[in-house]
Amino acid sequence: MAKQSSNRATQVIEAVGSFLRRCIGSILSAGPIPKHIAFIMDGNRRYAKKQNLEEGAGHRFGYSTLMNMLKYCYELDVKYVTIYAFSIENFKRRPEEVQSTMQLIQEKIEGLIEKESIVNRYGVRVHFIGNLKLLSKPVQLAAERAMNATWHNSKAVLSICIAYTSTDEIVNAVEESCKEKQKGNEKLLDEIGEGPLIDVADVEKHMYMAVAPDPDIIIRTSGETRLSNFLLWQSARSLLYSPGVLWPEIGFWHLVRAVLDFQKNYAYTEKKSKES
Amino acid sequence: MKNIPPILETPKPLHFPDLAAMAAFSLPLHSSFTPSPFKPQLFRHLQRLKLAPHARPPVLSCGSNAAAVTGPTGNEVVVNGIPPDYYADGGSVQLPPSLQRELMPNHVAVIMDGNRRWAGSRNFPIVFGYEAGFRAFKRLIELACNWGIGTLTVFAFSSENWCRPKAETDLLMGLFERILRFELEHFMRENIRISLIGDATKLPKQLQSLLVDAVEATQNNSRLHLIVAANYSGRSDVVQACRKIAFKVKDGLIDPNDINEYLVERELETSCTDFPHPDLLIRTSGELRMSNFLLWQLAYTELYFTNALWPDFGESEFLEALCSFQQRQRRYGGNL
Repeated sequence: MAKQSSNRATQVIEAVGSFLRRCIGSILSAGPIPKHIAFIMDGNRRYAKKQNLEEGAGHRFGYSTLMNMLKYCYELDVKYVTIYAFSIENFKRRPEEVQSTMQLIQEKIEGLIEKESIVNRYGVRVHFIGNLKLLSKPVQLAAERAMNATWHNSKAVLSICIAYTSTDEIVNAVEESCKEKQKGNEKLLDEIGEGPLIDVADVEKHMYMAVAPDPDIIIRTSGETRLSNFLLWQSARSLLYSPGVLWPEIGFWHLVRAVLDFQKNYAYTEKKSKES
Repeated sequence: MKNIPPILETPKPLHFPDLAAMAAFSLPLHSSFTPSPFKPQLFRHLQRLKLAPHARPPVLSCGSNAAAVTGPTGNEVVVNGIPPDYYADGGSVQLPPSLQRELMPNHVAVIMDGNRRWAGSRNFPIVFGYEAGFRAFKRLIELACNWGIGTLTVFAFSSENWCRPKAETDLLMGLFERILRFELEHFMRENIRISLIGDATKLPKQLQSLLVDAVEATQNNSRLHLIVAANYSGRSDVVQACRKIAFKVKDGLIDPNDINEYLVERELETSCTDFPHPDLLIRTSGELRMSNFLLWQLAYTELYFTNALWPDFGESEFLEALCSFQQRQRRYGGNL
């Protein structure tokens, strides 16, 4: 009985919260809403230490926070969300930590395909971005299943960067561009005697992140102001926002603040994108 | 009545150390000066270990040039090719008390933003904003020299700035020419090396030849390596590296499957320095973005944003940026 009433209370609070968020969302919609927000989810381990939790628990709290932030973004009609889940550099961490993180990632990827998951609720197509060959087979297969299951969703896109660094992405794009030009120009080279011409568009089309436009805002939590090899190419004109809170502590109001900053600078960014 | 701007103050002359102090000062700063058997990646790896503020870096055996010394914080610091007494006796670098010597960045990059807003807020013509910006630039060079920063990269002109009114871009080009003509002797005296990154072919011919002369005349200088980014775009830098690699693939020198980060890095325009990755990027005027500057090279750079407009950026602002840098924990994706 007590459990039922507490569940009911939670549902009421959640409904009121959702209603308030929609009101604020309508106010924010009076101005431009960013199309693409990227998150560097920094601070899970520090959160676990701060709360005296066991190791690995910080990432689980981080996952719940991620689900909430995705909900807030999709409620605000942000079409593309990208998250930095696991960097290639993170493989240098202690093997036990890497393994427990990979297990959590696999578990949560499988959770994404469930009926009640956020991706089905909001019609989100999921992409896994990175050098997926570096992942273990079970995680790769789970990622492929999730991508296939959400392929037909078209309301929003979630790009999960896993086994990713921007420099690796650029190297891969350079390699693919060279291979493409090499194949296409084999006959031309002898006649003209010039090398293959590569431009920005050639490199961009081979980027893993070609599935989404450049991010409007990059949010990194825990107060660190650096990109840590995340979306270096795509962040050329992005607004960088680094609140001091740890990732599991971030909430709706930080997102509102980021959107307000974006709206304040919108005229400037539009002018710059027209200039380029 | 039009506001008459105040008389522009003449910049203070740089402190002129004696020859012996200059030799001791310049010895540890540049690998081009200090003979080293090591590849650039190992340099960067050692640099990262040196800068880790809280971890206790391991003592590495790095060959005959290396020495392990204990820095002021009690951590062991491996200094590659630097005489063991350098830190112990303080060298000839005079740092403010709030800065720690072993945590100083090797390479600082600056986006000098806010000159026009500075002029606009004072109802001055734009040219005064740029003149004031140039004075701030000279102050920064002086501080970088005095505080032992080895490489300084400045974003002088972006490829996207060509869309500004022609009168303004002509004014800027004229200012650059004037700076090169009148300041080159000063840079020679202060032992500053100038390098240029960016597509110089779109700059006026006269400015191009002045730049070539300046780069050639200063190539053996070693106190400070000043890299000027003019008509530069981070994306174009990566694309031109890609083109060079494509030519090598075409000539059969490289297999596409062998393309890696080291190959791309070597072809970037910043390969003119042994420390192509800035440790710290400072952007003034409150804008929180990179604006297509040094994208690849900023992978693990600490970013510092200040609301001060560039002409107002002086010693206290630079000190604040460096203090903020020294408090950061740099993990490079690894363990704490």
